[in-house]
Amino acid sequence: MTMLLRPQILAALFVSPSPHLAHLAPLDFGIIAVYFVMVIYIGFYLKQRNNTSEEFFLAGREMTAWIAGLSFISANMGSLELMGWAASSYQYGILAAHWFWIGAIPAMLFLGLVMMPFYYVSKTHSVPGYLKLRYGESSRLLAAISFAIMTVLMSGINMYAMALVMKVVLGWNINFSIWVSSITVALYVALGGLRSAIFNEVLQFVLIWAGALLIPILGLIETHGWAGMRVRIQHNFPGQDLTHMWHGLGSFSSNPMGVHWTGIVFGLGFVIAFGYWTTDFLVVQRVLSAQNLRAAQMAPIIGAGFKMLVPIIVILPGLLGLAVLPHLLPESVAAHVPGAYSYNEVLPLMLVRYCGPGLLGLGITALIAGFMSGMAGNVSAFSAVWTYDIYQAQINKRAADSHYVAVGRWSTILGVLVSIGAAYLVMQFASIMDYVQALFSFFIAPLFGTVILGMLWKRATSAGGFWGLLAGTVTSVSLYLWVHFNPAALADVAFSVHAKTMAENLYRALWAWIVCVTVTVAVSLFTTPKTDAELNGLVYGATVLLQQETVPIYKNHWFWAAIVITGFFILNIIFW
Amino acid sequence: MHRANISIWFFNGVLLTIYGLMIGGYGVYELIGGHTPPVVLAYLHAPLWWGGGMLALGLLYCFKFAPGKDDHAPRNAGGRKR
Repeated sequence: MTMLLRPQILAALFVSPSPHLAHLAPLDFGIIAVYFVMVIYIGFYLKQRNNTSEEFFLAGREMTAWIAGLSFISANMGSLELMGWAASSYQYGILAAHWFWIGAIPAMLFLGLVMMPFYYVSKTHSVPGYLKLRYGESSRLLAAISFAIMTVLMSGINMYAMALVMKVVLGWNINFSIWVSSITVALYVALGGLRSAIFNEVLQFVLIWAGALLIPILGLIETHGWAGMRVRIQHNFPGQDLTHMWHGLGSFSSNPMGVHWTGIVFGLGFVIAFGYWTTDFLVVQRVLSAQNLRAAQMAPIIGAGFKMLVPIIVILPGLLGLAVLPHLLPESVAAHVPGAYSYNEVLPLMLVRYCGPGLLGLGITALIAGFMSGMAGNVSAFSAVWTYDIYQAQINKRAADSHYVAVGRWSTILGVLVSIGAAYLVMQFASIMDYVQALFSFFIAPLFGTVILGMLWKRATSAGGFWGLLAGTVTSVSLYLWVHFNPAALADVAFSVHAKTMAENLYRALWAWIVCVTVTVAVSLFTTPKTDAELNGLVYGATVLLQQETVPIYKNHWFWAAIVITGFFILNIIFW
Repeated sequence: MHRANISIWFFNGVLLTIYGLMIGGYGVYELIGGHTPPVVLAYLHAPLWWGGGMLALGLLYCFKFAPGKDDHAPRNAGGRKR
């Protein structure tokens, strides 16, 4: 904990912020207040429906496909998503949209079409719980602990992002912003469990769109459309290709991200995307709450459809910022230039540019809602994993169900407190998103290797799963430290001295996955596998899947998946 | 004790309606009173049409998913019919 209390971090928190951008009118405060009242009311309203652990941690498995799908996508749309990716699109151009399309869509569809039946039929309460069923206790414990660490760190990142908004736009005290929002989240999640988190996430999804969509609309009006925006960007940043997604990916040095297409396709599109969207319990938990297998399969597909549209409110504002606010600086530079603003502040700057009283309050509320949905997602997932996979599995195996509900409520509050501490750590990093990608590659990439082998390969053994997961995680952390202490090692990890942090993260994730899979396969071949009977419901080829009733084509998940993947290809071609 | 059968879509409708009234109302005040805020494209009066749109959508959801409508509420609340 000493790291959390380093003097320079605390000092940074209490330094007077630069002159803020806007003053909220009473109307804006009213809008923010209405939102807080509503989310807390929902928490109290749903408290009565959380008597069992199934109700508290999995919302009673009663959610429709639409609610589970919107919650699935909303839990990922934290303020980090909004601000961090707007900042990244300002820094890297439209390349940042890869994280929303190839970095999400195929993986989300794969979750719905291929993996969901195993998660759902096995009746697991969590992803580490699936590992317990498939590989045994040691793999579950390793995954649960790494997930718990990652989750609270992610919450800290969300807090940092929101605190930046409040500092830049309103001049609010950082600590005040963090504590008020955190206590609210702790209250409604601890009261209403996952059901409350999901209800609020759907509410927040609508609110985020209502508050953020106006920026790209007005921005495009100001720049006279997409073509006008591109002309301005080319004028402001001559010689840089910031509006093509694949055009400059032929070499590391021909695009602002310093990444090669192999890194985007295999590192991001395969390892990181599949790792996050199919094994991160933060999002998978939402789908597990679906009322039946068909709803569970449709939910990620619905989520994928909306995910394709998110760049409109995240990437486009960053690009518009390049057109109308061309003088933003990297965080490390802006901090030393009086009156300057950084990339990370592009979204609130655009908000203030277009939104007066009322709309400004709505935009700020959308960012607060983003923060809350991200944090609620993290703490509700943390609570479930802590209670089921650590507390129940290792500390108290035979308590009454009501006891585990109580533990879930208290661990929600504990998760919030620990993530507040984690927020202080995040402030040391110049780029929010780079840090997140580093975290993903530590834990998510190897976990994906373990889960996918477990689901698709009967021969994978308990020992193989554990040692593969451990080796992948250790590889990832080791590569990170190697480059951190010896920057020249980047040429070995990411194949080029021109690679930048984002590219390094992609390749590190790929290495971690390869090591995980290799070790899992090697160890499995020398150890004894489980029988088919033991693997029923867990592995492809050993599971008799339930025959689902025939439905009209417009209700068929394969049909909608085909629509979504077609849209995915069309978008990539348009912005090639 | 009341039962938790209010649809999430009704909550959405209520929130959009309240916001639509607040923002749209300000838009009317801004238009009539000539209180143009110092923002880019202020002449478009975004609060008026954006608030109006939210109000219309909110009222639609409030009406369609009102708690008394049992055929919608439990299903869309994500809850079993009780």
